[in-house]
Amino acid sequence: MKVSYYPGCTLKTKAKNLEDAAVSSMAALGVDFQELQRWNCCGAVHSLADDDLIHHVAPVRDLVRAMDQGSRQVVTLCSMCYNTLARANLLMRNDEVKRKTINDFMSEETDYHGEVEVVHFLNFLRDTVGWDTLRSRVKASLNGMKVASYYGCTLVRPADVAIEPAGGGKVMNEFIDALGGSPVDFAASTVCCGSYQILAHPEAALEVIGRIIESASSAGAEALILSCPLCEYNLAKKQAELVSSGKISKKLPVYYFTQLLAIALGLGPEASRLDLNEAGSVEFLKAKNFPVESGARA
Amino acid sequence: MSAPVKQVATGDRAILPEGAKTIPIFVMGKRYEVPETLTIMKAMEYAGFKFLRGAGCRGGICGACPTVYRREGDYKLYFGLACQTVVEPNMYLAQIPFYPANRAVYDIEKIEPVADAIHALYPELFRCVACNNCTKACPMHVEVLDYISAIKQGDIARAARISFDCIQCGMCASRCMGELPQYHIAQLVRRIYGKYIQPKAEHLQKRVTQIESGRYDKALDELQKMDHARLEKIYKEREREPDMVPLGAWMPKDTQYL
Ligand code: SF4
Ligand code: SF4
Ligand code: FES
Repeated sequence: MKVSYYPGCTLKTKAKNLEDAAVSSMAALGVDFQELQRWNCCGAVHSLADDDLIHHVAPVRDLVRAMDQGSRQVVTLCSMCYNTLARANLLMRNDEVKRKTINDFMSEETDYHGEVEVVHFLNFLRDTVGWDTLRSRVKASLNGMKVASYYGCTLVRPADVAIEPAGGGKVMNEFIDALGGSPVDFAASTVCCGSYQILAHPEAALEVIGRIIESASSAGAEALILSCPLCEYNLAKKQAELVSSGKISKKLPVYYFTQLLAIALGLGPEASRLDLNEAGSVEFLKAKNFPVESGARA
Repeated sequence: MSAPVKQVATGDRAILPEGAKTIPIFVMGKRYEVPETLTIMKAMEYAGFKFLRGAGCRGGICGACPTVYRREGDYKLYFGLACQTVVEPNMYLAQIPFYPANRAVYDIEKIEPVADAIHALYPELFRCVACNNCTKACPMHVEVLDYISAIKQGDIARAARISFDCIQCGMCASRCMGELPQYHIAQLVRRIYGKYIQPKAEHLQKRVTQIESGRYDKALDELQKMDHARLEKIYKEREREPDMVPLGAWMPKDTQYL
């Protein structure tokens, strides 16, 4: 099966572990994940100003590229890419006036009306691969590992691009379950990670990061999964700071969901790329007897 | 009596034959009648302009002569090199020989050949909104947005390849919504690629070492002292690789200098 895939800039630089794990997992499942031949930045943040159309041009251009190469569906991994692409797509489908303005501005490209379907990888796993198939391909079951699903904002907000209906909170849990883990529900699963405020107002961001980690830990989670490099930066890379300032009692290993997928499929360390995770992530899995020791720690 | 020689548009100054057709063009808003078939550069010189800046190689490779123009009845902007673009009736044009664009300071010997280093020197990369104005402005038809995207994606080799035809004219920067100096960033990328990433030509290094070791000094010395007649003779008699011979299929009989 051939599937068009939009990686996003961050997955090519700072979040290779999110991408590499997904690409290897797909290969193992017999899915030919094909990166779009030409693509640019997704736009990163969907602009809400009514008259600010220029910031929709980047995601629309990506969708035009996908359409031009004959793809009817494009799969994304990063929550933020998913959000900007899906929202720009809706705009092009539903807003006739803005659609015309954007198409006119991009006169060098094929006119676009929302022909392509933007699909997040979690939904692709659920709807196209299927949980039963996935379950049957698991070689190293998570074996009851207590995993918290962190959705953050952009996978579930706003409602018209949410990867599942409001109050769902299921697809990531079903994913964990298919891999043999025990999904842990926790209150802060869709609380914002602080996002870019970590730069502008670090104190406020650290506060909320601390609350999210504590919420997951106290619900019994041994690990947390997510699908966004910015969430990962805040929730994983900032934990050491929070431990030393006493805001959280202990560190909680954080993984991209694709990494646990690669591990459960029995793929080696080259696939799961734990070498790019925070200290403690490899050790936690090793203690659980997963073959995650990497000879090539990059 | 032989027919009079028709001469149009030769040399740096066009000599207009009797009856040659002229067309109106507008240079910086002023109308000039110039012979058709001339390049913008020659047409402007025909009209009396003298280039102090805005002309260099006259061969489409130095990037000194970018010109922006509009066509009659068309709202779009067009871009071309004055030395390569032929005049059209009623075109409105101005040359932009130089466009200010920030250039980062770095030491290529010390730089780390990774995307992070490029991103740190040119953080404005992330202001790109993918408007594609840069690509539309490029007189060399370089896919500017694609190389900017490749740089953001950390793909130095791809960016170096896509930007290869850039002649540093600056038109992309003049149109950029994110105020990027695209061509300076691409130049840094190609420098890094050439110095650290591209495979080295080992045979070339070997030959340079041979030359430096003095292997050819004697032969060159002899050549320099040789009288004209003998030089001409051996030049004419030299062995020459036939055109279109398949790679590696030909060897000279005299191999003493190989
Ligand atoms: S990329 Fe920019 S500087 Fe280079 S040739 Fe094109 S317009 Fe000129
Ligand atoms: S003109 Fe500037 S903002 Fe627009 S696509 Fe090119 S680099 Fe990006
Ligand atoms: S004069 Fe050099 S490119 Fe035109």
